[in-house]
Amino acid sequence: MNIFGNLSWEAIPWNSPLPLIASAAVIAICLALAAWVTLAGHLPYLWREWITSVDHKRIGVMYIMLGLVMMLRGFADAILMRSQQAYAFRAQGYLPPEHFDQIFSSHGTIMIFFGAMPLTIGLMNFVVPLQLGIRDVAFPTWNSTGLWLTATGALLVNISLIVGVFSRAGWLPYPPLSELQFSPDVGVDYYLWALLISGVGTLVTGINFVTTLLKMRAPGMGYLRMPMFCWTALASSLLIVAAFPILTATLAMLTLDRYLGFHFFTTAGGGNMMMFINLIWAWGHPEVYILVLPAFGVFSEVISTFSGKPLFGYRSMVAATLGICIISFLVWLHHFFTMGAGGTVNAAFGIATSVIAVVTGVKVFNWLFTMYGGRIRFATPMLWSLGFIVTFVIGGMTGVLLAVPPADFLLHNSLFLVAHFHNTIIGGVVFGVFAGIAYWFPKAFGFRLQEGWGVAAFWLTLAAFYTVFIPLYMLGLLGMPRRMQHYDMEIWRPWVLAAMIGIFLFAAALICQVIQLVVSIRHRRLLRDETGDPWNGRSLEWATSSPPPPFNFAVQPNVTGEEPYWEIKRRAIASRQNEGRYEAISMPRNSATGFVTGFFATITGFAMVWRIWWLAILGLVAAYAVFVWYAWRDISEEEIPAEEVARIDRIHRKRRADRLAPHSEASETA
Amino acid sequence: MTTIETPTPALGRRADPYKLGRAEVLATGHGEAGPASKRVVVAFGFWIFLLSDIVMFSAFFAAHAVLQTATDGGPTGRDLFDPTRVAIETACLLTSSFACGLSAVATDARNRFWTQAALLVTGLLGLAFLSLEAQEFAGMIASGAGPQRSAFLSSFFALVGLHGAHVAVGLLWLGTMMAQLFVKGFGPVLYRLICFNLFWHVLDIIWIAIFTVVYLIGEGR
Repeated sequence: MNIFGNLSWEAIPWNSPLPLIASAAVIAICLALAAWVTLAGHLPYLWREWITSVDHKRIGVMYIMLGLVMMLRGFADAILMRSQQAYAFRAQGYLPPEHFDQIFSSHGTIMIFFGAMPLTIGLMNFVVPLQLGIRDVAFPTWNSTGLWLTATGALLVNISLIVGVFSRAGWLPYPPLSELQFSPDVGVDYYLWALLISGVGTLVTGINFVTTLLKMRAPGMGYLRMPMFCWTALASSLLIVAAFPILTATLAMLTLDRYLGFHFFTTAGGGNMMMFINLIWAWGHPEVYILVLPAFGVFSEVISTFSGKPLFGYRSMVAATLGICIISFLVWLHHFFTMGAGGTVNAAFGIATSVIAVVTGVKVFNWLFTMYGGRIRFATPMLWSLGFIVTFVIGGMTGVLLAVPPADFLLHNSLFLVAHFHNTIIGGVVFGVFAGIAYWFPKAFGFRLQEGWGVAAFWLTLAAFYTVFIPLYMLGLLGMPRRMQHYDMEIWRPWVLAAMIGIFLFAAALICQVIQLVVSIRHRRLLRDETGDPWNGRSLEWATSSPPPPFNFAVQPNVTGEEPYWEIKRRAIASRQNEGRYEAISMPRNSATGFVTGFFATITGFAMVWRIWWLAILGLVAAYAVFVWYAWRDISEEEIPAEEVARIDRIHRKRRADRLAPHSEASETA
Repeated sequence: MTTIETPTPALGRRADPYKLGRAEVLATGHGEAGPASKRVVVAFGFWIFLLSDIVMFSAFFAAHAVLQTATDGGPTGRDLFDPTRVAIETACLLTSSFACGLSAVATDARNRFWTQAALLVTGLLGLAFLSLEAQEFAGMIASGAGPQRSAFLSSFFALVGLHGAHVAVGLLWLGTMMAQLFVKGFGPVLYRLICFNLFWHVLDIIWIAIFTVVYLIGEGR
């Protein structure tokens, strides 16, 4: 055994050009970026203001950037899969099976864990403290640590592209396939360490947000005055706290099987592989609600704002959110009705699953009634929300169909299932994230996104979605299983080709979004948001400037009702109100703890994948050293003097007053 | 260990209205009076972490319950477990927890010497527990009843070992904190001592569940 464990030059895929060229390009881009940042002298700024930042707004933006980049990576996998299946009719296509299997595994893993999760958590990070009217989350340094541990996981998955291979066992590594006996290479190990590490990061975030939401709100903001997004963030965080430890435990068991010859899920020694399936879905089903609940929150905010009305049935919405939160733990078995648990068990889980549709239906009707009689503005966030309602209802109904065990026996593991969960995740989570980004972008950066390209991106995405996934539904009904590397059924061919066309529409939509970003940045002066309230919003995040100062609110707001900022505006005291008394504000100091922890976690994870034991131990010792170093700090906060707070706030007030001056008549009568 | 906190009735009278609960501002966290104090926030957050830790343990408990009879023709709990040793282990851990409670009393009185002394006893008893457990594991592995032998033993070593790992990490944490207390006094470690107390008592609760589910029920099989 050499000092590099199992790592050797053979780990680099010299003879398969596709990953080699792709990763060479990625490495070149990264190096070029790093060189540019260093040469242009941006490194100190980047280090001071972003990498070591513990500001929830910065961390939120970084999460979203990570999520968008990873979604791009996952989308590349999607293009490969669709085009491979378009080619591979009575042929082998251009992707050999062992490569194709890696692609669908990494597509699912990346999209869920490193695309959707960071995007959702990023929105929570940016928005929740602003809506609660507070300065930061409960544990700012842990927040930064969570970000960097998530980034570590993403990095490990992407390292597998060039050094070694990725898992070929699907996005959830079902044993016995994922056991050492049947997957002897490092693919599953990359998966395990990436998820064990990023899982800790997610858990930390969940704990942080539960604490923040339950213990740190502006004076007067009782539970039933929290904005809907905060409620969904709370439900989602509670689910993270209750579900992610199960994921960690399950993956740890598989890790023990693979590394130390344990027999949790093996075929020999009395192992029980169905236990893995049960455990992983006890996490996996809550996980889909962890993702979609915050998206529901975004839609609630957006639909209420752009209809100019309070959210219809606020309390029933809260009840529905918590109902979903609880029921989501009672349905895991519907992912494997075919296990053979018997009719009674299957019926119970089928009914529980259908009940979720009832609770979700409450939400849909609330959104519809919010719009009813409202003065609706069809801005981009609102378009995404409307597209969501239609699309998600279809996805929900196919879900209810799958919840019926006899139907599920026919559709299990078919493309119908694939179409269903893409329908809910794209139509729910992705649309929600895009709506949220368009909605809160001006709050984060001080200028709106350009409208035209956003509208184009929306319509193209909508068209693309239906062009890809209606054919997949049809293919599922025609009996095509998921994850096929090639096939020879004539009848499937046209649908596969149609889905292929859809993926190019998705690409076009993506290009529109990139153009939108570029155009918006170039025209940022025209799109500037001077008032801090570009959409005529109703909750507290719109009460402060865009972008908000580090301390969010110069004077902590007092909350007297369900829609605090709307009330403030109704009383028309916002721009004219006397300033209030400024006092010095203590803010948490920046800390490199998170970044350094992520750095050593990457080293430890990589070392464990390749079984370089000394390096893994070194990483753990370093982690302990970081812990002590952080625990030993003397000053954890720094004070922003009252004069500085006053100066920043007065600038904002002046800008807003100037902007509002010509309209002051109108706003008074409104 | 902690004094009971009462909600502040009026908003305006709080000492520091702009604190993120970073001073001893009294608030319930239900939204009446703004952000809760730092101590409440830290202890509450740590409780949430402990709950998540209990969920992780429960997954291993579930696995053990499923695999308890999957001995694959190998030794069973009745063959392997030594009730005397387990009893001594339990005694060590419970006494350690008691000592930990005493340290909290001393901390409340801001008495550094007795806090350190009680923490030292806590740590030593924890160490005794850990060495007994290591002895048990070593004996089982030497007799060919290691975790690779059967699914039952895999789940046994994983569950009990996970608890042991928690104790070991707790000892490391304890040592670091004692050093910090020695150098810097109570200031920076005060809240962490509260957290450590919670942590140590939760490990007791989990051990009691292990004692029951793994050893008592395991002996009966």
